[in-house]
Amino acid sequence: MIEALQFEFMQHALLAGLLVSFAAGIIGSLIVVNRMVFLAGGIAHTSYGGIGLAVYFGLPIFLGASLFAVGAALLIAALTLKKRHRMDTFIGLIWAVGMAIGVIFVDLTPGYNVDLMSYLFGSILAVSTEDLYFMAALLALILVVVTLRYRDILAVSYDSEYAGLRGVNVRFFYTLILILSALTVVIAIKVVGLILVIAMLTIPVYIAEKLSNSLFSMMFLSGAVATLFTLVGLWMSYTYDLTSGASIIIVSALSLGLFLLLNKKVSS
Amino acid sequence: MNVLEIKNLSFAYEKQMVLEDITLTVEEKDFLAIIGPNGGGKSTLLKLILGINVYKKGSIKVLGKAPKNSLTQIGYVPQNTNVNTDFPIKVIEVVMMGHVEGKRPLFGYGKHEVLCAMGALEQVGMANFAQTKIGSLSGGQRQRVMIARALCAHPQILILDEPTSSIDITGQREIYELLKQLNTYITVIVVSHDISVILEYANKAAHVNKNLSYHDISDRQSTFHTHGNDGHFCEIELLQMLGSDSCNSCTSTGSATNDTSNTSTSSVTDSNSSVSEPAEAKQQWRLKP
Repeated sequence: MIEALQFEFMQHALLAGLLVSFAAGIIGSLIVVNRMVFLAGGIAHTSYGGIGLAVYFGLPIFLGASLFAVGAALLIAALTLKKRHRMDTFIGLIWAVGMAIGVIFVDLTPGYNVDLMSYLFGSILAVSTEDLYFMAALLALILVVVTLRYRDILAVSYDSEYAGLRGVNVRFFYTLILILSALTVVIAIKVVGLILVIAMLTIPVYIAEKLSNSLFSMMFLSGAVATLFTLVGLWMSYTYDLTSGASIIIVSALSLGLFLLLNKKVSS
Repeated sequence: MNVLEIKNLSFAYEKQMVLEDITLTVEEKDFLAIIGPNGGGKSTLLKLILGINVYKKGSIKVLGKAPKNSLTQIGYVPQNTNVNTDFPIKVIEVVMMGHVEGKRPLFGYGKHEVLCAMGALEQVGMANFAQTKIGSLSGGQRQRVMIARALCAHPQILILDEPTSSIDITGQREIYELLKQLNTYITVIVVSHDISVILEYANKAAHVNKNLSYHDISDRQSTFHTHGNDGHFCEIELLQMLGSDSCNSCTSTGSATNDTSNTSTSSVTDSNSSVSEPAEAKQQWRLKP
């Protein structure tokens, strides 16, 4: 593995893995404590619509996917703040329609068609320098937001009604969490793909949740755990010539199983 | 001074009338119990007082101002504090959520906020649990923490929605004893199903079932103490006494005597006594042989 690091694409892959994992750990924590996992899944799949549009109009893929995902996040935020009890129906709808739009626009694009699989399952070995900038900027933004507005985010996540009574702008922070989730999903598409991203957002978080007694420690612990899984997954992918995204997820899932077993033994 | 004044308030969700022509006045240091059947509008009334729901007809004045403008004066303990128990959060962090927006440091919590939260925890007897994860507390302990959170902003009114619905009997007593202590300097409003317990501590009772009927029961407390069954009444009986305008079939069970140490004007006798006059007509209810 060490000798592989002399290749630029390998360095990029590693760096992208680190940046994305850490962002996914932090945002995944917010998604899990806010019970938005299904919602994040919806945004992830919808963003394929953005990829299709970007391909058709010749825009940068990241830009198209980001705009589309943020649009979906805003739509979901508006709908769920109004009609919370019908939320699952809306998410299912947006989930499928977004993908359908993506598939149709890729069909309509003349000539060479992009490799659908690389977006569904990730293509970490094809990370460009611009991609890395985008990922680093997003991680920086997430870190700034969660440290400076930690108490508002905590209050809204723990008890939104009470937070509202204490003067916290619940709508704003709820929407903000969704937008950051959408952007995180977009950068994670490069690493694990839009189908597998949900595992990356939840498995490290589940482990971290059991070991933390505050949201802050949970966010950073799951960032660290996610990074570890990504590194091991990448090593596995390189050594046995497997798809990187799937390797990362399998490593995560196996680790979770091991963790649960050990946890049970310790507590019994 | 009146801390809460509600006049001719009506409220409807879409087309269904929930509250109709409610008038209620709460004075300083009152302990008001709001009782009534499920779906009778108790929680809706609270939400109107807290400014969560917006009313169209009538008026609500909290400390002389509209509900939205006096939120900082109200400490609120919501129903169902058992949800979200997996949430990784320490007791002290929950309490500090009670602080109102204002001066605060760039990151984390200010020293004065921590001190204030610890003070509130001290008041409810939970200071030793400050660093504990909220999920590992019992229902009663968690309820105390929620009361501490409400006290954090130094409110003049404390409003609790079904504070003891998921706590065992001993825990319930402890919560009410705590409320009684707090009542020496804070106005307390409690919504509850626990009629018999609540009436032991409250000095006023309001029965809400679309309409509201109001009773001053401050001079009745001794009567409740002398009732058998550890102060427990038959709930239906009480609901009838407090709620219906034409209640004339109420019966009281157990033997009760007049408590001479109290300025009670009621006369409660042995079983099978009934109320001959409508409770409403006298503005306070009477049990007559």
